[in-house]
Amino acid sequence: MKIHEHQAKEIFEQYNIPTPQGKVAYTPDEVYQIAKEIGKKVVVKAQVHVGGRGKAGGVKLADTADQAKEIAKQILGMDIKGLTVKKVLVVEAVDIKKELYVGLIMDRGPKKVTIMVSEAGGVDIEEVAAKTPEKILKAQVDPLLGVKGFQVRRLFENIFKEKDQLKTALSVTEKLYQIFMDKDCSLVEINPFAVLGDGRLIAADAKITFDENALGRHPDIEKLMDMDSVDPNEVIANKYGLSFVQLDGNVGCIVNGAGLAMATMDGVKLYNGEPANFLDVGGSSNPQKVVKALEIIMSNKNIKSILFNIFGGITRCDDIANGILEALNKINIPIPIIVRLTGTNEAAGREILKKSGKDLIPAETMNEAVKLAVEQAKS
Amino acid sequence: MSILIDEKTKVIVQGITGRDGSFHTKQMVEYGTQIVGGVTPGKGGQKMDNVPVFDNMMEAVSETGANASVIYVPAPFAADAMYEAIESGVKLVICITEGVPVNDALKVYNYIQGKDVRLIGPNCPGLLSPGKSKIGIMPGHIAKPGKVGVVSKSGTLTYEVVYAITLKGLGQTTCIGIGGDPIIGTNFIDVLSMFNDDPETKAIAMIGEIGGTDEEEAAQFIKENIKKPVVAFIAGRTAPEGKRMGHAGAIISGGMGTAESKIEALGGAGVPVCDTPAQVADVIAEKL
Repeated sequence: MKIHEHQAKEIFEQYNIPTPQGKVAYTPDEVYQIAKEIGKKVVVKAQVHVGGRGKAGGVKLADTADQAKEIAKQILGMDIKGLTVKKVLVVEAVDIKKELYVGLIMDRGPKKVTIMVSEAGGVDIEEVAAKTPEKILKAQVDPLLGVKGFQVRRLFENIFKEKDQLKTALSVTEKLYQIFMDKDCSLVEINPFAVLGDGRLIAADAKITFDENALGRHPDIEKLMDMDSVDPNEVIANKYGLSFVQLDGNVGCIVNGAGLAMATMDGVKLYNGEPANFLDVGGSSNPQKVVKALEIIMSNKNIKSILFNIFGGITRCDDIANGILEALNKINIPIPIIVRLTGTNEAAGREILKKSGKDLIPAETMNEAVKLAVEQAKS
Repeated sequence: MSILIDEKTKVIVQGITGRDGSFHTKQMVEYGTQIVGGVTPGKGGQKMDNVPVFDNMMEAVSETGANASVIYVPAPFAADAMYEAIESGVKLVICITEGVPVNDALKVYNYIQGKDVRLIGPNCPGLLSPGKSKIGIMPGHIAKPGKVGVVSKSGTLTYEVVYAITLKGLGQTTCIGIGGDPIIGTNFIDVLSMFNDDPETKAIAMIGEIGGTDEEEAAQFIKENIKKPVVAFIAGRTAPEGKRMGHAGAIISGGMGTAESKIEALGGAGVPVCDTPAQVADVIAEKL
């Protein structure tokens, strides 16, 4: 789960990581007030969940509070890569002498938290990583030991010859690691980690991504989710233990298991159809989940056919069958439904559907089911 | 031969009295797996379908001589169950639970390094050595004894491939779902190496999906080490970038972990990558 820069900045502040003075604002008047309080040049930064805000014109410098208000009028409501800017962060403009990069990620390869530091920070860090990976120094942290002083010293000792700067860099990095572990993050990043004209170090940006599996133990973090930036159907789906992603096609897919759900989408495409969504009903399904899944799918007006591809393991085919019937009693589904049930309790599941007398199209194999669904969507 | 589990494997079910634990205990017992006990704190002394229930793993292992454990406890408590299993001395820990916080899995993974115990999962369907033992949630009837080793990141997609192999009349030595989370105990390379050393395994089916670089690393490993035919399927060719596709690990980010990159790497290692799961069985049949 992503949060906005201003929210990540607040978390940094709770851990005493130096950040520029500033606050979030929702209207040009609020921007004016904050700029006035700061009392010097400010930067107005769009708060949206995409990279490259600066290049898209969503980050601008203002000399006066009046100018900040004018800039806010342009940025608020602006569209950046399909997302509307609804709030801005107003921060003091700082005199940046040098831009570094510090990032911590959950590194799947070595199975450690990897700290990355680069002297070539700033907007082009991804290009730096791709073209000159040797400019990014890395250290892997054993989660049972925690971050060790020597590891971070090695990352920074050639960057900071000045003792106080080195000390601050070490302490900031250790705090980032603390945030990473305390809050179950998958990414914590400062870019740029700025060296100012007066020698101070400051987190001039703040980015944190959280592990969704761990949100259950961080209700404070869960509250930070920006409902405007996520598909409401995805939120409803999550609430019911489903995972859902909207796509552009017209074949609605309801599948158990993420891998099979992806393979089903791939199959639809292979047979020259277009999947309307990714939907995984998850393990240990109950009939209620299926009802919700069908409701979500049917809220998409493009849908031309629905494909159930179920290979029961922990999911039981009889639960799915009961869910389909329950849903059919509740909602009107005027389009063809293709059902493929195999695996745990498949005989019971098929029997339930057959006995119901409902107009469902059964399929034996995945290929057959996918083919039928694509054909039905086209007819 | 099978790898990792066979008819002699003695299993404890952690979370045996829960909805999933109890249902799948019954299924495993019916399959013939030696389920020697279960653990649910506070329910020691009870019986669950004739399987004795213990309060903790230490007691369960010392009373039964179990050498493996399978975990069905809810995600918030799964890490604790894994540590308990590791401490109890069993050599194989299989964590079925999905939704385990990645930080928890990270710590467990680093904790077991250097210890004589193998972790499979979390968020995996478990193992199935047809005709001998099934640990986890794979439906037993879709497999039959044979000569193909199956290793997969996915759950249900594995069943699809396993079933297709069975319908082809080939059968399997062992089917292993390693899980699709970012941090898992056992990777493709570990299993590929075991199948390579198993004389009865004549071919290997490998099922990957978008996210991470395990498939790319496996491709390199296959090129250098594997002497048997490997046939692959990669799920997620049509997945959009930046979206989490159910599995915590199935997400394409910054151009990394795409289906194209995996298919190219495997192709470069001489591994055919199939268009549909069913096709995997066809290609393996041709190779044998």
